[in-house]
Amino acid sequence: MKIGKQSIKLENTPKLLNTSSIVGPKEMQGPLAMYFEAHTDDIFFGEKSFEKAESKLMKTCINNLLGKVPTDNANIDYIFAGDLLNQCISSGYCIRDLNIPFFGLYGACSTFCESLMLASLFIDAGYATKTVAATSSHFCSAERQFRMPLEHGNQMSTTAQCTVTGSGAAIVVPKDISIQSPYITHVTPGKIVDMGIKDIANMGAAMAPAAFNTIATHLTDTGRRSDYYDAIITGDLGTLGSEVLVDLFSKEGVDISTNHYDCGAMIYDLENQDVKCGGSGCGCMASVFSSYFYEQLKTKKMNRVLIVATGALMSPLACQQGETIPSIAHAVAIENEV
Amino acid sequence: MNSNVNMSNQEYSDFVDTKAKKSNLGKNILLAFVVGGIICSIGQIISDIAMNYGVAKQDATCITTIVLIFLGAFLTALNLYAKIGKFAGAGSIVPITGFSNSIVAPAIEFKTEGYILGLGANMFKVAGPVLVYGITTSVIVGFVYWLIKLFI
Repeated sequence: MKIGKQSIKLENTPKLLNTSSIVGPKEMQGPLAMYFEAHTDDIFFGEKSFEKAESKLMKTCINNLLGKVPTDNANIDYIFAGDLLNQCISSGYCIRDLNIPFFGLYGACSTFCESLMLASLFIDAGYATKTVAATSSHFCSAERQFRMPLEHGNQMSTTAQCTVTGSGAAIVVPKDISIQSPYITHVTPGKIVDMGIKDIANMGAAMAPAAFNTIATHLTDTGRRSDYYDAIITGDLGTLGSEVLVDLFSKEGVDISTNHYDCGAMIYDLENQDVKCGGSGCGCMASVFSSYFYEQLKTKKMNRVLIVATGALMSPLACQQGETIPSIAHAVAIENEV
Repeated sequence: MNSNVNMSNQEYSDFVDTKAKKSNLGKNILLAFVVGGIICSIGQIISDIAMNYGVAKQDATCITTIVLIFLGAFLTALNLYAKIGKFAGAGSIVPITGFSNSIVAPAIEFKTEGYILGLGANMFKVAGPVLVYGITTSVIVGFVYWLIKLFI
């Protein structure tokens, strides 16, 4: 049921049955290493190209996920997946072999929430009994597409972020499945917000107003206060974008500084890993939520979380044509009790 | 709650600028100066050694260029030049070793798409503009020089 301006209340409260995560070597040196389910030390993951490696990351992640639930591929009704590469090739080539009906999505780094949202809505509406949401990103394939060749000797801008090598996947089922899991209660699809930022090395600042817009709209639509949630988790605003977001809320008289987390700011050791403002990419929220935060929900250390993945919907081509960075954020509310 | 940011684009941009961490200009300039200087000194040493063995000055310059381009390419292939670049910034981009790096880096990267459409087509992706405008400028300057010589 639609509530307020743009949120949807999932009256049948689908369950987030399980999640799976996988990351690359650099993420394993970060503070969340112990939470990731799988990892690879080889940036090529045994493949010949970075694109193939990324596809394999997602495939391994989905296979690990399906291995954890009492089902097999044939029982998955639909899969919603996306990544950063042109024409979403990581997802396409990954799901080619899985034989599951597929919705390919692109929302830049917001794709994880977009796919989780749609997967939940399909269950809520009764169109499916098992859906999977998955996204991936790879540092090297993203650098190749968006920035400079890897071996080129240049310096990162102080506001830049580092694309996470990783993937995350989640399976959503109707609430009548008896296994205890968190429920997906509300979703708020975001609007595109563009505050005129042009610097592609400062995506945190470009995306923060979109996160602000979606979170504020979500709170208004649901009539909740920000402290209703144990955690408001943004995807990859990084340290700068997070600071801007907290400031934008405090200008409205709302303090989110104590319960705001940002996956991009959490995944790396910001002091020692030379990642400037933190991590980014579709795999950032996917891997951090699917590991650390899902664990917090399962162990009831957190009971109500709002995950807000943020995406910058630009391309290098559009930026070269002088365009600004349009941004989007999607929110999904996940709660242990309904 | 108001869900729109209550600022104009310019105000927002200025607000973000106050938050963004500034790069350490003094340190960057100093590192660029020192590393750039070291690379140039290496070039001078190569040139002096060549001349010491009786090579003419013009040929020694040519040898220096070849050796430095080789070193740049070699260090790029070992993935060391990217590390130097992170540290030195313009100090390792501006000298001819940086030019070599800017050609070898995409060549390595795009090899996965094949030798023709990958490596061949993308090799000058970074260095292309330098070549286009560098060559154009040198032709124009050469022409102006020739014109001046006609009258003086």
